[in-house]
Amino acid sequence: MIKIEAIIQTSKLEAVKDALHEIGVEGMTVLEVRGHGRQKGHTEFYRGREYTVDLIPKIKLETVLPDTMVEKAVQAIVTAARTGKIGDGKIFLSKVDEAIRIRNDERGEGAL
Amino acid sequence: MRNRLVLGFIVITFLIAPSVFAQNSTAGTDARLAKLEAATADAKSSADNAWMLTSSALVLMMTGPGLALFYGGLVRKKNVLGTMVQSFAMMAVITILWGIVSFSLAFGSGNGFIGGLHNLFLHGVGVQPDADYAATIPLQTFMVYQLMFAIITPALITGAFAERMKFSAMLLFMILWSLIVYSPMAHMVWGKGGLLNASLGGRFPCLDFAGGTVVHVTSGVSALVCALYLGKRVGYPKEAMTPHSVVLSFVGACLLWVGWFGFNAGSALAAGSLATSAFVATHFGAAAAVLGWSGAEWLRNGKPSALGAISGAVAGLVAITPAAGFVGPMPAMVIGLVAGAFCFFMVATVKARFGYDDSLDAFGVHGTGGTLGALLTGVFAASAINPIFKDAQGNTLPSGLIDGHPGQLLNQAIGVIIAWVLAIVGTLVILKIVDATIGLRVTEDEEVQGLDLTQHGEEGYSWEVTA
Repeated sequence: MIKIEAIIQTSKLEAVKDALHEIGVEGMTVLEVRGHGRQKGHTEFYRGREYTVDLIPKIKLETVLPDTMVEKAVQAIVTAARTGKIGDGKIFLSKVDEAIRIRNDERGEGAL
Repeated sequence: MRNRLVLGFIVITFLIAPSVFAQNSTAGTDARLAKLEAATADAKSSADNAWMLTSSALVLMMTGPGLALFYGGLVRKKNVLGTMVQSFAMMAVITILWGIVSFSLAFGSGNGFIGGLHNLFLHGVGVQPDADYAATIPLQTFMVYQLMFAIITPALITGAFAERMKFSAMLLFMILWSLIVYSPMAHMVWGKGGLLNASLGGRFPCLDFAGGTVVHVTSGVSALVCALYLGKRVGYPKEAMTPHSVVLSFVGACLLWVGWFGFNAGSALAAGSLATSAFVATHFGAAAAVLGWSGAEWLRNGKPSALGAISGAVAGLVAITPAAGFVGPMPAMVIGLVAGAFCFFMVATVKARFGYDDSLDAFGVHGTGGTLGALLTGVFAASAINPIFKDAQGNTLPSGLIDGHPGQLLNQAIGVIIAWVLAIVGTLVILKIVDATIGLRVTEDEEVQGLDLTQHGEEGYSWEVTA
């Protein structure tokens, strides 16, 4: 089992969600986050004072998938979330040892 | 016996008093009477003026905070300030414009369609009343009261192009709209010599007590034209674009309801019983519309929503606006009930069917509710409430259809049609001009990022790492 953590543009959430649904991903967790990579932030003005805001709103989408689905899911996310500009985000993959369904104690990939 | 005593007393008085003294006494009584009359007129004038200044403030409260909160809550949070400041900008820009030119265009004497330029820079607008408009309040009070209407009307349109219009384009659009659409319409219905003026002998007397055609039809129809011309928001209707805070909208709608008493009861332009009548009709209309909208929604969706209830109230207030000073409480309830259900149908069914993105339902509520209210005014207007039509001898004539004057429906329809045509043509021309000069829409990137950051460099809700 692999956990996919995709940090994407807020505007791309709908497209990514749809792309994942299309390839059969059934569950995901979405968080509103702030952060930055190489992308510069923006400036805001309050009563003439300039503030640089370098933490930019992003969406973090998490989902845990069976190994066989991971590459397809990554491709789906990349295709749907890419604009080609700085700030498109990143995807991180990591191994997951176990998954447990709280309702009935089911374990392993069946619990996903 | 008593009469003879009195007679005797008078005779004795005349015998004793020199005739000069008697003449002085009559002159003294006349002077005291004149003073008393002046004092009475002054007292009435003061009372009317107090109510009209209060009403003016109430109507301003409808724009900011009322409408700003109502609309601000309905957009996504990245656009909350951009939306609120559009209403607020009207409070500043239209005020200046009104002082310089548009009061004169709306209320100066002119032809049937537009006022003249006699009152440019508020020339001649002082403390003296203008009896054609309101005989007991200073013309300046009338001017500032009407200004508040001129402010909220364009602000209503902002609901149609919410979340996607450039701030600069919005400003230019609104200035032109106020001059090209609002001022002529206000002149036709309320101005001296206006084609549709019912109280000053217009050719087609259209009953519009507080602005069903002037305010709501013009703004609502222009809103539809804007929504169609600008096109949909990026992602509409596939993406969920739900209100970021129905709580803000709730507060805004309640402020609108309260402010509307100034809007409608204030349109009596005096503090007398007509103001009471309009106040009561307004309240009953709004209450019935809540039931109309919520009931329809409950039947269709299985739940009565908070947003539905407040939207119903606004729809009812819109529809009762033209009728407020012409109908009793029971017809007001009928108008409200019908308007609540009808506007729900427009917003929930018709908008979805045609797929236009009237983002905050400016057309669905103001355009259709205003049209419905203006036509129903022709049905329910009663001369017993407001004897507005009189024959040459001064006898009261029936007002509306039920009153025995079916022809009034035609007058109402003419008013509505003129408002629709003026709004459609005027708005299209203005949109073309603004599109060709500064462009209407923000870029797609800017739209995705939100108006708050891209147009104003701020965020409505600050985010702190350490908080």
